[in-house]
Amino acid sequence: MSRSASALRALTASFAALGLLTSVALAQQQLAIKPGAKLGLGRAALPEEIKAWDTDVRPDGVGLPDGKGTPKLGDAIFQERCSTCHGEFGEGVGRYPVLAGGLGSLKADRPDKTVGSYWPDATTLFDYIKRAMPYGNARSLTDDEIYAVAAYILSMNDVIKDENFELNKNTLAKIKMPNAAGFYEDDRDTTEKHFWNKSPCMSNCRDEPKVIGRAISVDVTPEGKNGPAVD
Amino acid sequence: MSKQAPKDVLNRRGFLGAAGLLAAGAALPIGKAKAEAAAQPDPAITEVHDFNKLLGDGVDRRPYGMPSKYEKHVVRRDVGWLTASAESSVNFTPLHELDGIITPSGLCFERHHSGVAEINPADHRLMINGLVEKPLVFTMEDIKRMPRVNRIYFLECAANSGMEWRGAQLNGCQFTHGMVHNVMYTGVPLKVLLDEAGLKPNVKWLMLEGADAAGLNRSLPIDKALNDVLIAFAMNGEALRPEQGYPLRAVIPGWQGNMWVKWLRRIEAGDMPWQTREETSKYTDLMPDGRARKHTFVMDAKSVVTNPSPQAPLKHKGRNVLSGFAWSGRGTIKRVDVSIDGGRNWGTARLDGPILDKSLTRFYVDFDWNGQEMMIQSRAIDDTGYVQPSKPELRKIRGVNSIYHNNGIQTWLVRANGETENVEIS
Repeated sequence: MSRSASALRALTASFAALGLLTSVALAQQQLAIKPGAKLGLGRAALPEEIKAWDTDVRPDGVGLPDGKGTPKLGDAIFQERCSTCHGEFGEGVGRYPVLAGGLGSLKADRPDKTVGSYWPDATTLFDYIKRAMPYGNARSLTDDEIYAVAAYILSMNDVIKDENFELNKNTLAKIKMPNAAGFYEDDRDTTEKHFWNKSPCMSNCRDEPKVIGRAISVDVTPEGKNGPAVD
Repeated sequence: MSKQAPKDVLNRRGFLGAAGLLAAGAALPIGKAKAEAAAQPDPAITEVHDFNKLLGDGVDRRPYGMPSKYEKHVVRRDVGWLTASAESSVNFTPLHELDGIITPSGLCFERHHSGVAEINPADHRLMINGLVEKPLVFTMEDIKRMPRVNRIYFLECAANSGMEWRGAQLNGCQFTHGMVHNVMYTGVPLKVLLDEAGLKPNVKWLMLEGADAAGLNRSLPIDKALNDVLIAFAMNGEALRPEQGYPLRAVIPGWQGNMWVKWLRRIEAGDMPWQTREETSKYTDLMPDGRARKHTFVMDAKSVVTNPSPQAPLKHKGRNVLSGFAWSGRGTIKRVDVSIDGGRNWGTARLDGPILDKSLTRFYVDFDWNGQEMMIQSRAIDDTGYVQPSKPELRKIRGVNSIYHNNGIQTWLVRANGETENVEIS
């Protein structure tokens, strides 16, 4: 008899000596799950918890909280909290986003995509400012302040014309943005159908190519071939 | 699953023979094909070095191993002028320094909107609310008790190559194509979590939200969510890196990277898209008529030759390895063609390594270089029959202002001295 077989017999004997309790417990535990049953993991979310996180706003206004603000009030808040990056009139400082202007420029060689010229929904302003602005100190504005800043941004874009217009959950949801109709569903499968090609050309596919542009002439690639110092 | 790589039809004769550029006129000079004896004995061989004489570091000197000090140049890099601040910015994967199909976790490009959130997993929660039978809160411990899977997927930023719409701008594949990476994720199918909460019948969209200071949120169609989306806690066998969403991120196979919400803390079920800032003012594709495509989630088939490329010039005549990546958000890569004459003539590259659904796929062409100038291109074909288009073909439809989804064929000009540059050709 091999050494391992005799060791196994000894082990079995010692399990038997431990008695009935052990073997009953082993029989009940199985490496299996109850089919079709839920996992039973996680716990119910409390209303206070949902309220703390569920601040999102939809284009139909669902999710907008109570509160109000006007462009006039928003101007003062914007100058203090937003203009360092976005400029006094939403013109953008450096490469920070331009918020106003650009109306009618979307077909231009250099389009100016701003809240007024491009954004389809005014509600997005509230959702975004509430979660992400001011940059570096997010979630620090009250709902009244957010309504006011949103009102000021809309007034800079002439979407709101009266500096005392009250923006609130009812009036914000009704605002129609200039470019609301400017978007359509992804149509690549139809408008680019010819990119599906069973027999792409393999030889003599085109005339002799000529270089018409060079990245090194543009000269905007970061300098140095060795990368930054890394420790 | 992986399958047998197609036969390499681009052997030396076929590759050079197919190339009109090289076949014209002069007979092809043969490179240094055979090994020649060195003039002097090589000190790398004849001298004793410290590393084969003295003791090296012991086992605990590097409890978390790092690459060799001779690989310090292999790093992610950014392009300073692209963005206003480093916390809302992007850097780029050094594709020309990689091989195989897996991107090392520390080299995966980063894109943040308000910097990296540093979250203790003990404090992380995932909430599911909205149109569900029972809104739930999960801890990381809960999620790691759920049935999990392992999948390899590419993640490409929709703006990858976006700087190149008007012509060649950045001189290096790291910068032109480096907003892509490919890792193995471990995670729980999103369907498992949604089933636990119980979706109401009218759910059409989900909103995914991050815990970072941008609270980044995106709408996701429910069909995709129930199909192959994962909620991942590991990449390449270890916990997610902080800059990739530690402790929890969404994995949306084949779809634009912005939707792969990092630091994922909440999923809300609803019946319409939320029209968030990231899916309206950004990640919509402005067309020449002034209107914009929206919901352009799928990443079209694309490829790039990583070697040679501007950061990895050719150094030797004679034997060389041309190499690159191909990928498609619609499925697997079926074939990659390579041209050395700017797209006049094409040969088929050899695919090697796993060829997986929505994963980077590696291709090679072994060739002898005679020192003549080349205009190198690659063209990916996926299993839906989509053929990667040229840049002029793309611009004809999309113009030059769509920013996103530039999957046009890249051209590298290899000069006679081996220097390689990013060019736009007629």
